[in-house]
Amino acid sequence: MLKIEGLTATVDGKPILKGIDLEIPSGEVHAVMGPNGSGKSTLAYVLAGREGYEVTGGSATWDGHDLLSMEPEERAAAGLFLAFQYPVELPGVGNATFLRTALNAIRRARGEPELDAMQFLKLARQRMRELSMPEDMLKRSVNVGFSGGEKKRNEILQLALLRPKLAVLDETDSGLDIDALRIVADGVNAMRGPDFAALVITHYQRLLDYIVPDRVHVLMNGRIVRSGGPELAKELESEGYAAIQARAA
Amino acid sequence: MSVTTETLQTVQSVTEGTYKWGFETDIEMEFAPKGLNDDIIRFISARKGEPEWLLEWRLRAFKAWQAMSEPRWAAVKYPPIDYQDAYYYAAPKQRPKSLDEVDPELLRTYEKLGIPLKEQEWLAGVTTSPDGTERAPVAVDAVFDSVSVATTFKERLEKEGIIFCSISEAVREHPELVRKYLGTVVPPADNFYAALNSAVFTDGSFVYIPKGVRCPMELSTYFRINAKGTGQFERTLIIADAGSYVSYLEGCTAPMRDENQLHAAVVELIAHDDATIKYSTVQNWYPGDAEGKGGIYNFVTKRGACRGARSKISWTQVETGSAITWKYPSCILQGPDSVGEFYSVAITNNFQQADTGTKMIHLGPRTKSTIISKGISAGRAQNTYRGLVRISPRAVGARNFTQCDSLLIGDRCGAHTVPYIENRCMSAKVEHEATTSRIAEDQLFYCRQRGLSEEDAVGLIVNGFCREVLKELPMEFAVEAQKLLQISLEGSVG
Ligand SMILES: Nc1ncnc2c1ncn2[C@@H]1O[C@H](COP(=O)(O)OP(=O)(O)O)[C@@H](O)[C@H]1O
Ligand SMILES: [Mg+2]
Repeated sequence: MLKIEGLTATVDGKPILKGIDLEIPSGEVHAVMGPNGSGKSTLAYVLAGREGYEVTGGSATWDGHDLLSMEPEERAAAGLFLAFQYPVELPGVGNATFLRTALNAIRRARGEPELDAMQFLKLARQRMRELSMPEDMLKRSVNVGFSGGEKKRNEILQLALLRPKLAVLDETDSGLDIDALRIVADGVNAMRGPDFAALVITHYQRLLDYIVPDRVHVLMNGRIVRSGGPELAKELESEGYAAIQARAA
Repeated sequence: MSVTTETLQTVQSVTEGTYKWGFETDIEMEFAPKGLNDDIIRFISARKGEPEWLLEWRLRAFKAWQAMSEPRWAAVKYPPIDYQDAYYYAAPKQRPKSLDEVDPELLRTYEKLGIPLKEQEWLAGVTTSPDGTERAPVAVDAVFDSVSVATTFKERLEKEGIIFCSISEAVREHPELVRKYLGTVVPPADNFYAALNSAVFTDGSFVYIPKGVRCPMELSTYFRINAKGTGQFERTLIIADAGSYVSYLEGCTAPMRDENQLHAAVVELIAHDDATIKYSTVQNWYPGDAEGKGGIYNFVTKRGACRGARSKISWTQVETGSAITWKYPSCILQGPDSVGEFYSVAITNNFQQADTGTKMIHLGPRTKSTIISKGISAGRAQNTYRGLVRISPRAVGARNFTQCDSLLIGDRCGAHTVPYIENRCMSAKVEHEATTSRIAEDQLFYCRQRGLSEEDAVGLIVNGFCREVLKELPMEFAVEAQKLLQISLEGSVG
C-alpha cells in the first residue's frame, strides 16, 4: 500500500505540493487528474526522488518503506516505477543495452539471477510483440528520434519488463492516437493484480475509458480537492475543472 | 582463460577507484647504469647484438636529441624531467629462448593481467567470453620493461608468410626489412621524444604482412612497465604490403608508484597499394592517485604512411590511463584515394591531463580522412583535442570530416578543442563539427529511476557518448574498453 500523508514540497523555493493525503492499497488503480500546473508531475517526481523537488513536510511510505529517505535507485529496487511524461533521450545508448541493464539491476535487487543477452532478447521480443512495437526499437538509441507515441510505448515496454509493484504513470496518454492509447492501456491492464498498485496521472478523461480506475482524485493548486469513483472523471469531462474548483472553494 | 574473460573478472573485482593492475612483479632484473650518454646507447645496442648501422643510427638520433628541447606547446603541465635520473634499460635476467622457457613468475604476471602467453590455453578451447560465445585467438607479443618476453602464434603466422616478432628479433632475422623502413615515417629527429626513442628504444613489435595476405587473427602487443625508475621506449614497425590487411591492438599497464615514469614510444605504419592497417590502442597506464601523485607520462609519436593507392590506415584509441597523455596518431595520405581515420576516446579523471588528437596530411588526389574525437573530463582533469588537417595543392578532391565532442562531469574539469585547418586546394572539402555537453540531471535521474546506481548511470551515458568510437574496436576488446571507461570514472560523481 502507498500511503501519503500531509505531503508538502517546493521547487526552487516555491511551494507546489501543499498537503497531499492519498492511500492506494495494493491491487488498486487510482487516477489523479488536474489542470496543467496543478502539481501532478511534481507529485510523481517527489515519489520517485528527483533532485530539486524538495520535501518540506509529511510522509510517503510504500509497504512500510519510508520512500522519502531512499535514493531514487533504492525506490526503484523497492518496486516503484515512474513512466515519464517526457521520456529522456540517451544518445548512443542502445535501447536493448539500457533495458537489460535496468532489468538486471532490478533483478539483482530482488535476489533473482541476471539475464544474459540471449535470455533478455527472448523476453524483450515477447513483450514487444504484445505491445505491437517494431523490433528495431531495440537497436535504436534510447528515445532518440522516437516519435511521441514511440517514447510512451517504450515507457510501457519498460513497465512490462521490470514488472514493478507500484507504477506511477505521468500523462502516458498525452500525444497518443487511439490505437496507441489502447495498446498502452492493455499494457497497464495486463499488470493489474493483487500485488500491483498504480497511480495514473492524466489531464483527460479519455485514458480512463481504457484503464478503469478504482478511485479518482482531483489535484488543484497542490491539493487534492475531491475524490470519488470512476464517475468523477466523467463529471470533470463535462463540467470542467473550474466548476469543481468553484464547488471545492 | 581468454583475455576478455579474465580481464572482465579482474575488472569486476574492482572496488572504489582502485587501479587493479598496480602490482609489481618480483623478478631478477638486469639494468644499465642510470643516465643517458653514448656509452649507455652502446650498452643497449650491444646487449641486443645489433649491427653497426643501427648503433650509428641511434647515436645520430642521440646527437639530434641533445640539441633539441622539450615541446611546451601542449596544454599540459608537469615539473621538468631529469633525463639523467632514469634507467634506460631494464630486462629480466633470464632471457627465454622459447615460450616454454619463460619465467613462471612472468607468465603469472601476464595471467594476472588477463593476457595468456601459452598458446595451449587458447587452443584448449578456453577462448570463450562470459556470454559463452567463441572467441578467435589473438597473437600476443608481450613486452616487459625493455624487452619482449614472448610472442605467441609465431609459427602459425609464419605459414602465411607473416612476420610477427619483437623488433630486436626483426633486426637480427630480417635486417633488410627493418633497414628499409625504420625511421621512414617518423624520422629520428622528428621531435624531442621521437629522437629520444630513436636513441634508446629497447623493444617493441615488428609486423610484416606479405602481398595479398589477410592476417588471420588479431595481432597484439602488451606493454608492461614493471621496474622502478625505468622509462619505457618501445618501437613498433608495421608494414602491410600491397593488398594485405592487418588488425593490431596494443594494451598497457604499469604498477602504482609515487614517482612519474616516462613512456616515450614511436610507432610507424606503412601501407602499400590497397593495403589496410587497423591499429587499436587501449591505453591504461597507471594514471596516478586521486591527489595526482605518480602516474605515467605517455609521450608518444604514432604515424602512419598511406604510401600506396587506395591504402587505408585507421587509428582507434581508448585512452583511459596515464598522468599525462601527449599523443597525435597521424596519417600521411600519399597514395591517390588513400584513406586515414582517427577514432578517439580520451577520458581524464582526478588530476589527469590529456592533450591528444591527430594530424591528417593530404598529399595525394582524392584522399579522404575522418576524425571522430570524444573527450571526457571529470574531477579536476584537463582534456584537449589538438588536430591538424593539411591539404596540399596536389590533393585534388580531398575530403575531411572532423567531429569533436566533449563531455564534462562536474564543474572543476576542462575541455578544449584546438583544430588547425590548412587547406591549400580549392577543390577540397573540409568539415568540422564540435560540441561540448554535460551529463544532464534528467538523464541521470531517468537511469536511476530504472534501478541503476549513479555510477552505473554515468558509465552507461559515457559509453553511449563514445559509441561511434567503441564500435571501431575489435570485438574482443570492445567489452573491456567499456568496462575500463566506467572504472576510470569511479569517484567522479556524488
Ligand atoms: N523544475 C521546475 N522549476 C521551476 N518550476 C517548476 C519546475 N517543475 C515544476 N514547476 C512549477 O511547479 C508547478 C507544478 O508543475 P507540475 O508539477 O509540472 O504540474 P502538472 O504536471 O500538473 O502540469 C508549476 O507552476 C510549474 O511551473
Ligand atoms: Mg505534468
